Amino acid sequence: MELFLTYLKAFLVGGAFCAIGQIFIDKTKLTPARILVGYVVSGVILSGLGLYQPLVDFAGAGASVPLTGFGHLLAKGVREGLAEKGLFGILSGGLTATAGGIAAAIIFALIIALIFKPGDKT
Amino acid sequence: MALTPKEYEGMNQKASPNSPLGKDMLLAFLIGGAICTLGQFFIELYTMAGLDAELASGTASVTLVFLSVLFTGLNLYDKLARLGGAGTLVPITGFANAVSAPALEFKSEGLILGIGVKMFSIAGPVIVYGVAASVIYGLILFLFQLF
Amino acid sequence: MPTKLGKHTLRLDSAPSVLSFAAVASKKEGEGPLGQKFDILNEDTSFGQQSWEKAESQMQKLCASKALEKANLSPDSVDFMFAGDLLNQCIGSNYGLRDLSIPFLGLYGACSTMAESLALSSMFLEGGLANVCLAVTSSHFCSAERQFRFPLEYGGTRTPTSQWTVTGSGSAVVGKNTAPPYVKAVCVGTIEDLGIKDLNNMGAAMAPAAAKTIETFFEDTCTGADNYDLILTGDLGQVGTDLLHQLLARDGVTLGHKHNDCGLIIYDRQNQLDINAGGSGCGCSAVVLCADVLPKLRTGELHDVLFIATGALMSPTSVQQGESIPGIAHLVYLSSEPGRKGVL
Repeated sequence: MELFLTYLKAFLVGGAFCAIGQIFIDKTKLTPARILVGYVVSGVILSGLGLYQPLVDFAGAGASVPLTGFGHLLAKGVREGLAEKGLFGILSGGLTATAGGIAAAIIFALIIALIFKPGDKT
Repeated sequence: MALTPKEYEGMNQKASPNSPLGKDMLLAFLIGGAICTLGQFFIELYTMAGLDAELASGTASVTLVFLSVLFTGLNLYDKLARLGGAGTLVPITGFANAVSAPALEFKSEGLILGIGVKMFSIAGPVIVYGVAASVIYGLILFLFQLF
Repeated sequence: MPTKLGKHTLRLDSAPSVLSFAAVASKKEGEGPLGQKFDILNEDTSFGQQSWEKAESQMQKLCASKALEKANLSPDSVDFMFAGDLLNQCIGSNYGLRDLSIPFLGLYGACSTMAESLALSSMFLEGGLANVCLAVTSSHFCSAERQFRFPLEYGGTRTPTSQWTVTGSGSAVVGKNTAPPYVKAVCVGTIEDLGIKDLNNMGAAMAPAAAKTIETFFEDTCTGADNYDLILTGDLGQVGTDLLHQLLARDGVTLGHKHNDCGLIIYDRQNQLDINAGGSGCGCSAVVLCADVLPKLRTGELHDVLFIATGALMSPTSVQQGESIPGIAHLVYLSSEPGRKGVL
């Protein structure tokens, strides 16, 4: 039952983030790249205000998987970097915390680009 | 009487069909929610395997990135996105798709100028402005600590 | 020599003939209403090539060769070739047609290129500058998509106003007055811009240009929609077509049921996925003209047709810099009647 609740919370919160994104797609002329930038920057701000960590604690992947979670991770990394390394940590913290995701995207993308062919969408 | 661009924009608004917002939002909610639920499944899985919370969450994200890139390579992610809209854009899988799609597409321009240069042509701004925002946040935090 | 009528119309008194024509298309077009009418239909959108750009060049090559073959002409007998496409620096034409060794004049008229190349070919004939001219154009969904929008595998959404770029090529051989169809007049369009900026709504960006050219031609020739069997606009799609009718109505011009649009003809919008507002691309008006309209003019099923291909003259750079999208529309009056019979 508790596990079911965990999944339900992830589903509802994650779904809500996406539904909000859909409003931006349908109702504004914002390109996908702008919407994603908006999500990441919002994540940094919400995390800085101390609002995002509670949401991650509540919804798990529902808050960490949307791109706001990426922003939160950047902010969290900077926070920890500053505490451990001082000013230098401000620069190194964000990318250190998100390095896994970024490197994964780069390396997997490189591999599939070498293996697969683009389809023609028809 | 000549038509002004403003008047024409009004005519255009009326002639252009709107996106079905309700249906689009529902689909984005369901598909985006499903992707997050899948992420939660991996978190639970890795936690059971003995990883601590932070590592489990990170590994789950990397797993989703892998699946998204694989689906992109198999020409399936764009088909899912046609249904999911923001549901496939907002999760980290959307970021992975934005990195891998140009890498695959611009393969024809070579390893360096094609794959290497174009890989971040869509997703690059996310990293640029994400990092910029986090550094500004760090500086603010630093100044607060001084006083 | 041509006779200048009114403001922008040239009446071609020798009425050059369209000697032959050919249309090449691919899978999605083959599934549409014109599926049976193309000269060459290749289910493989890559046309056996390594890149989408090469595929587009291959289409032009096949299409130009087919039209020459149908006219029983060798490339040597062609005096000038007018061609263009959507790709940067018109590489579709440059590479596709390089083996033909025909004097080449490259054009960029975006989706209006079929009318532009046909008009120029006919004007060269009329002016006595050539005996045979070749007009060619093409577009390819995949090469256009990666240049103007997103990589093919990117999960972007298509808005209801967006149009689907036709994968196809059309070509026409124009020669001296011998048999129908005849080119009786051309009206070169002016660049019109009413401030539309949405790359996913090209029909709206091009409708003002179509309206302007049609009105100018009607005024110049003292004719109206009643004089023609078909008034065929390029690729306005549903949104652009609605706006065209509204724009014309403001000035008291009605086209009624005489009007149709290539973007609405090429696909089955109800049953084919992602077509949304209709078809677009240089290939759209080109294949509809060469596969459907010219044959009907030859057999006499159609008598007097106004072909008005429309183009959106932006580039990815101008769009990113926030510029609005200028449109253009060139008109070619085609008839099954030679000489001074018919409308003009």
